[in-house]
Amino acid sequence: MISATTTGWTRDQIAKRVAQDIPNGSYVNLGIGIPELVATHVPAGRTFIYHTENGLLGMGPSPAASESDPELINAGKRRVSMMPGAAFFDQATSFAMIRGGHLDLSVLGALQVAANGDLANWSTGADDAIPAVGGAMDLVAGVKRVFVMTTHVTKEGEPKLVQRCTYPLTGRAVVTRIYSDLAVIDVTARGFALVELAPGIPFDFVQERTGAPIIQNHALETKK
Amino acid sequence: MIDKRFDSAREAVADIFDGATIMIGGFGEAGSPIELIHALIDQGAKGLTVVSNNSGTGLVGLAALLRAERVSKIVCSFPKTAGSTVFPDLYRAGKIELELVPQGTLAERIRAGGAGIVAFYTPTAVGTPLAQGKESRVFGEREHVLEHGIRADFTLIKGRTADTHGNVLYHRTARNFAPMMATAATVTIVQAAEVVEAGALDPEIIVTPGIFVDRVVHVPSPALESALNEAGASYP
Repeated sequence: MISATTTGWTRDQIAKRVAQDIPNGSYVNLGIGIPELVATHVPAGRTFIYHTENGLLGMGPSPAASESDPELINAGKRRVSMMPGAAFFDQATSFAMIRGGHLDLSVLGALQVAANGDLANWSTGADDAIPAVGGAMDLVAGVKRVFVMTTHVTKEGEPKLVQRCTYPLTGRAVVTRIYSDLAVIDVTARGFALVELAPGIPFDFVQERTGAPIIQNHALETKK
Repeated sequence: MIDKRFDSAREAVADIFDGATIMIGGFGEAGSPIELIHALIDQGAKGLTVVSNNSGTGLVGLAALLRAERVSKIVCSFPKTAGSTVFPDLYRAGKIELELVPQGTLAERIRAGGAGIVAFYTPTAVGTPLAQGKESRVFGEREHVLEHGIRADFTLIKGRTADTHGNVLYHRTARNFAPMMATAATVTIVQAAEVVEAGALDPEIIVTPGIFVDRVVHVPSPALESALNEAGASYP
């Protein structure tokens, strides 16, 4: 039995778990929202260089009020600071970094991720929605590794990890790994594969909340 | 002697015509040429196609141009920024056409337009609704879609410093789309907080070379969208 208090990882704990998997010296683009928390959990001894697609490499945290500049912002249009060694550049150069495969990692939120790595994270396709995509489609098409950070299910309890996305896609077969509040899951040629369970979360609890089969012992099975 | 200075934003935008395609720099408020946009509202041209990453916030700048119903179509990557109400209302009322373009594809389409490249292939948007109806081709086992370069009649951008030859430097993340947009229009108009004589800027650090710039307007203390919105401003 799962107790009613079963919660898995908090948002900060998910962010910390993501940060553990990022090598020192990586050039990283963090999506707007929950992925931004990764920057607050950099493991000791590592430095990540943050790219923000509106034209800054070496982005730093929110600035002190005295150093706040309305024209020093991130892709979410929030004011940021710059680290020593930072560089500004135009949009064509910024997306050359993305589309040319120069960034090591993109961390994004998700509406749905499919077992084949399809990602939907920009639109529910609702009739009255204002469509807006920003740089998400460029990031998933161009960056070497794409991590998704997400709650395992929607507020209504529907799985966000599914057999096939029903929302409009951001990209086809682009997600490398998923970090949810319940588990870390890889996208493999054979579908979802468990990497790690959050503390106190049984595998069956995760599988019941996932819309496609999860390979439980992927590492063992691939060794055979 | 070359001197690209115009005495006012009003004079610099005077010949913008009905139905023109206009690129407007800026990512959010960073780099938004508000004084040039307000001069365009005063000037009255209508039926415009605007190419810009966002759709403005509040009731000033780009949002005010839309609110005045001068824009029939916007080519844009992200038209629903927080604080953006004018565009959503017009869009839902069917009063404006939207061509939604991924941000990197938008940047590259403008760059290509300015560089004389008529079209290019990219894997961005393959398999998504934004690739529907576009030609596609497989290169190295990966599907790519054909995207076309964009050119405009006018470009409106904001620089930090310009010289009389039209060389431009920018301020931090206000640079964003301006360098590509400067290359892609028949007439490029720059508002700059500082205007200096040719020779005053170090040629090694010029971001936009003057060949791409036709008109320079000195706007010493440019307004910011966030400050105007906090003050409850609307234009006109």
